[in-house]
Amino acid sequence: MAEKKKAFTVLVDGLINENPTFRLLLGMCPSLAVTTMAKNGLGMGAAATFVLVGSNLVISLIRKIVPDKVRIPAYITVIAGFTTMVHLLMAALLPELNKQLGIFIPLIVVNCIIFARAEMFAQKNGPLLSVLDGIGMGAGFTLAITAIGSVREILGAGTWMGIPVTVDLFEPAIMFILPPGGFLAMGFLVALFNKLTKKKKEDNGECETGCGLGCPGCSKAANGGEA
Amino acid sequence: MDNRLYMSSSPHIRSGVTTQRLMLDVMIALIPAAFAGIYFFGIRAFVLIAVTVISCVGFEYLARKALKRNNTVGDLSAAVTGLLLALNVPPELPLWMAVVGSFFAIVVVKQLFGGIGQNFVNPALAARAFLIISYGTRMTSWTPPLARAAEIDTATFATPLGALKEGGELPKLIDMFLGNIGGSLGETSALALIIGGIYLLARGVISWHIPVIYVGTVSLFAWIMGPTGMFTGDPLFHILAGGLMLGAIFMATDYTTSPMTTKGMVIYAVGCGILTMLFRLYTNMPEGVSYAILLMNVAVPMIDRYAKPARFGGKAHV
Repeated sequence: MAEKKKAFTVLVDGLINENPTFRLLLGMCPSLAVTTMAKNGLGMGAAATFVLVGSNLVISLIRKIVPDKVRIPAYITVIAGFTTMVHLLMAALLPELNKQLGIFIPLIVVNCIIFARAEMFAQKNGPLLSVLDGIGMGAGFTLAITAIGSVREILGAGTWMGIPVTVDLFEPAIMFILPPGGFLAMGFLVALFNKLTKKKKEDNGECETGCGLGCPGCSKAANGGEA
Repeated sequence: MDNRLYMSSSPHIRSGVTTQRLMLDVMIALIPAAFAGIYFFGIRAFVLIAVTVISCVGFEYLARKALKRNNTVGDLSAAVTGLLLALNVPPELPLWMAVVGSFFAIVVVKQLFGGIGQNFVNPALAARAFLIISYGTRMTSWTPPLARAAEIDTATFATPLGALKEGGELPKLIDMFLGNIGGSLGETSALALIIGGIYLLARGVISWHIPVIYVGTVSLFAWIMGPTGMFTGDPLFHILAGGLMLGAIFMATDYTTSPMTTKGMVIYAVGCGILTMLFRLYTNMPEGVSYAILLMNVAVPMIDRYAKPARFGGKAHV
């Protein structure tokens, strides 16, 4: 029972509690660069999830035979293998999306989410849990960057997944599909995410007295959050 | 014996200057420019000013309420931001875009960073930059002033700097001085802006350093890097064209986003001037005042650190 529960926690942690983009703030580069359209976010997320699941599985399997000193080159080789696979697959099956995502597909090899999960999770856990972690983290990443992509596409181009949504209602603010809009959308979504998930914590009664750090904006802090 | 010595913490000397009074002075100083805008561009200019001022004050109130902070509408800073924003956009800008700009200025740039005194760049200028990136065509469709609408039959009209870039006919200097040219609502009339600037100087709201050095740097640069070789430029044209007067007198002097010491102000103003002219002469944008000031705003903490005065008896900081 406990095993099952742990597996489930590992799977859903990546969605909210340890969401790689909104909570761990990992993989910022693709999160900002390719999210000009929701479709790009989805494609990027799917590609990263594939690499994440594959590399987590293989790294977990070889974790006991790889000497500690050379683990980083070994992991990179594994990750690079999966990245090459996904790159070639996308070039063959989804050439248009591949063109849109451009350099960011090969760059998955240095994506810090994948590397962080290899270091933090796969090398300490068994293959099954590692795969579940890969799926959870990948889903969390996909969800997050699709959300950023949706906000930017709707506000900046008036479409969603390429379908016109608000084009006739107002003139889209082109800034949102340009780099500054990426930072803005990202910041607002992180703030919203924190706001929503914090509330949940308070409901569970986990934060009755505050943690004593006195972070700004925390009503539970002793000094009223005026840090 | 009574205790005749009172102990209290500083400040011991108080002046009557309040944020509210300073902001009111800035608003009074902007009145000539606003009137010039209404005179040259008609009632639409007045509507635009009203919309930005009301929406800025409204957003200030709502944002403070939503963030559970005290109400600061009374310090008039939001109203000043609204007024400055209106003076910085084309007179025919759609009103909803003006509201979006007000939202960006007050909520994103000012309140999310902590409200008055905490904004890292000038809110009105940041909103202008946001609008010009987002709605490029609308933000660069200039209408001719009413007095000249009859002689020009096209709907749009080039600003002096636009004409300089595109190779069109340059307006007369006297028109540029009075404001009878195309441009943003409040930037065209150098005369009205100078009157406002003199009022601010007389009231001691701003010091002369930033505006004078900023304009001086621009004219020097314009004169040296002339179109037909060194030292052939026309400094007067560059002083009167575009948003330089508005920027140098009202935007670059914003307390929060300008350096604290005289030395710092000099560096800041020279930087603004050089960047403005680099943008005007060597990029594909006709005008560079707003980006120049925004860039120097970001550099202000660094300038302040460099220009920190030596503590009495201490060593110079850098």
